[in-house]
Amino acid sequence: MPETLALDSKEIEKKFGYSFAVRKVTLRVRRGEFVVLFGSNGAGKTTFLKMAAGLMRPTRGSLSIEGFDIGKQADEARRRIGFLSHNTFVYKDLSPLENLKFFCRLYGVPDSEERLIDLLDRVGLRGRASEPVRAFSRGLQQRVGIARALLHDPSVILLDEPYTGLDAKAAQTLNGILDEALAAGKTIVLTTHDLDQGLRAATRALILDRGNVVYDGSAKDTAVREAYLRYIQQGNTK
Amino acid sequence: MRSRILGIASLAGIAVALYFALVYAPTEQTMGVLQRVFYFHLPQAILSYVAAFLVGFGSLMYLITRDLKWDRFAYCNAELGVLFTTTTLITGMIWGRLAWNVWWAGDARTNLELILGLLYVGYLMLRVYLPEREKRARLSTVFGFLAVLDVPINYGAIYWWDTQHPKPVLGPRGGGADPDIKMAIYVSLIAFTIVYTWLLTKRLSLARLEDEVGAMESAVEAS
Amino acid sequence: MKPVAAIVFKDIAIEYKNKEAFSSMLLFGLLVVVVFSFAFEGSDRKALAPGMLWVAYSFAGILGLNRSLNMEVDNDCLQGLLLSPVSRGDLYLGKVAGNLIFTVLAELVILPFFIILNNLAFDRILLWIAGITLLGTLGFVAIGTTLSLISAQTRMKEVLLPVLQIPMTFPVILSAVQATSLVMSEDSEGVSFPLSLLGVFSTVYITASYFVFEYIVEE
Repeated sequence: MPETLALDSKEIEKKFGYSFAVRKVTLRVRRGEFVVLFGSNGAGKTTFLKMAAGLMRPTRGSLSIEGFDIGKQADEARRRIGFLSHNTFVYKDLSPLENLKFFCRLYGVPDSEERLIDLLDRVGLRGRASEPVRAFSRGLQQRVGIARALLHDPSVILLDEPYTGLDAKAAQTLNGILDEALAAGKTIVLTTHDLDQGLRAATRALILDRGNVVYDGSAKDTAVREAYLRYIQQGNTK
Repeated sequence: MRSRILGIASLAGIAVALYFALVYAPTEQTMGVLQRVFYFHLPQAILSYVAAFLVGFGSLMYLITRDLKWDRFAYCNAELGVLFTTTTLITGMIWGRLAWNVWWAGDARTNLELILGLLYVGYLMLRVYLPEREKRARLSTVFGFLAVLDVPINYGAIYWWDTQHPKPVLGPRGGGADPDIKMAIYVSLIAFTIVYTWLLTKRLSLARLEDEVGAMESAVEAS
Repeated sequence: MKPVAAIVFKDIAIEYKNKEAFSSMLLFGLLVVVVFSFAFEGSDRKALAPGMLWVAYSFAGILGLNRSLNMEVDNDCLQGLLLSPVSRGDLYLGKVAGNLIFTVLAELVILPFFIILNNLAFDRILLWIAGITLLGTLGFVAIGTTLSLISAQTRMKEVLLPVLQIPMTFPVILSAVQATSLVMSEDSEGVSFPLSLLGVFSTVYITASYFVFEYIVEE
């Protein structure tokens, strides 16, 4: 019996009116992989990730998460996905605890305060669990976002440029959490501009250029850096 | 070629309709010559509702097929809807003013027509403020579909309101039994339907060209 | 707790903390009522009253819809909702329920002021009026929630909402005004038609919006 892939996209395409943001991307991510996705602005990284998270509807092609089609079995697929972008998706007028309780109810997971306080402790927010998020700095708000993305114990974690606006300490916390998740067998797909930050713990590296996958290989291979230079740093002299 | 035939047919149709309306049909006893504006007013009113149905149909088809041609179909009909609603209201006002000295009858039909016009305008305004092609199609077809559902509900509400506030009878209900009058109405209806079809055909091909240009512009930008 | 209920409680919790929607709706509604009571000084108040009331309700209602939407646009919270396994239709129902609660609450506070300022009578007719308010607001909010999400995605954002909302809710306002007027003139037989029309409107638009909502929020 073939193994279930964490993420299986078949010729996925996204067209906005007349232009293609993502062209026929076929990607197979196995469970436990840590994929880093590089690409210059407009290459299609965010679009691809949003389709994987069920936020955007593909124009063509299919995509499934842990065997659940993101279109036809959307709720099952979304249950297993944790998504983090530079927007935190938390309500400013509520406290971190209230925010997390709300999302627990949406995901149908137990909303016991104990568990949530532990989660907030993991992101370093135990002391401020009951203050309205409005008062937090951006870095702290991002930490609430991280907690929100993980509270339902997703098996696939998608991160869209998560290091944007994070101070060094918060980035370190995030890296710690990702390392733990990887060790626990979760699958991670991360997009970033930062080559070193991206390659730190990744097992596999991809480069997207104008909607196409132009490089796909091991993250430890030095060819990654060469490809990165070619496509991203030099490719944009237009 | 097809639009040229339709164009000629429209011209011919209107000429024939004019003859029927102004010459063939008998002069009405109570209202006199002015009543003849009704021969244009009624078909335009009917077509303004036909346009609404077509907008709703096109919108629904787009949501099912995601083919932009249905979105074009929807909004071209909406533009014709504005046109025919406007002329219906104007001919109605001309008639009302000349016959009973009122610019605005305020009865069920006029109010319904006005609301219909406002819905068309809202739809088109929505499109103006959505620059992205796909989003424009998706959101305006949703609104188009919902707005068209409103038309029968409005009909019920306004006509019932009218029974609560009786007004002077404005215009022949049903056009009277005179076969000549009926004939003139049918001829006029056919003529205006041909005009509508002709305008729709031309507008649709223009819309398709607009989309093709848009596609080419994006292709140039992307490279 | 079911997701729809969770959304409603979340909206209540936020509104309880910042009171933005409720206070702006209340204040605006009261201002409109005050302006009308001066503008129509000396005229036949009783005949004009239902229309005045529902104009005030409509303006306040649109304000409330916009505030409710801004809550989700801030920090892109709507995306957070869309990521969850909750169906798009259920999200819609949650927002409608929340909007209904706040709008009706504001309207029920505006109503006594309206009666006082126009020297109308306080009697058991008020119960009828409250019922009509509830049913009319349901229709208003049912289509308004959908339209607010459409207009929020345009370049004009919430400014476009009244352009779309006012013609669409015309039958609601008309029926509600007529029903109120009949009740105030003690003629309660004719009330069944406008009330059933309000019911039809709400049913049609809640159902239609439930199914169409995913097309509005997907990208």
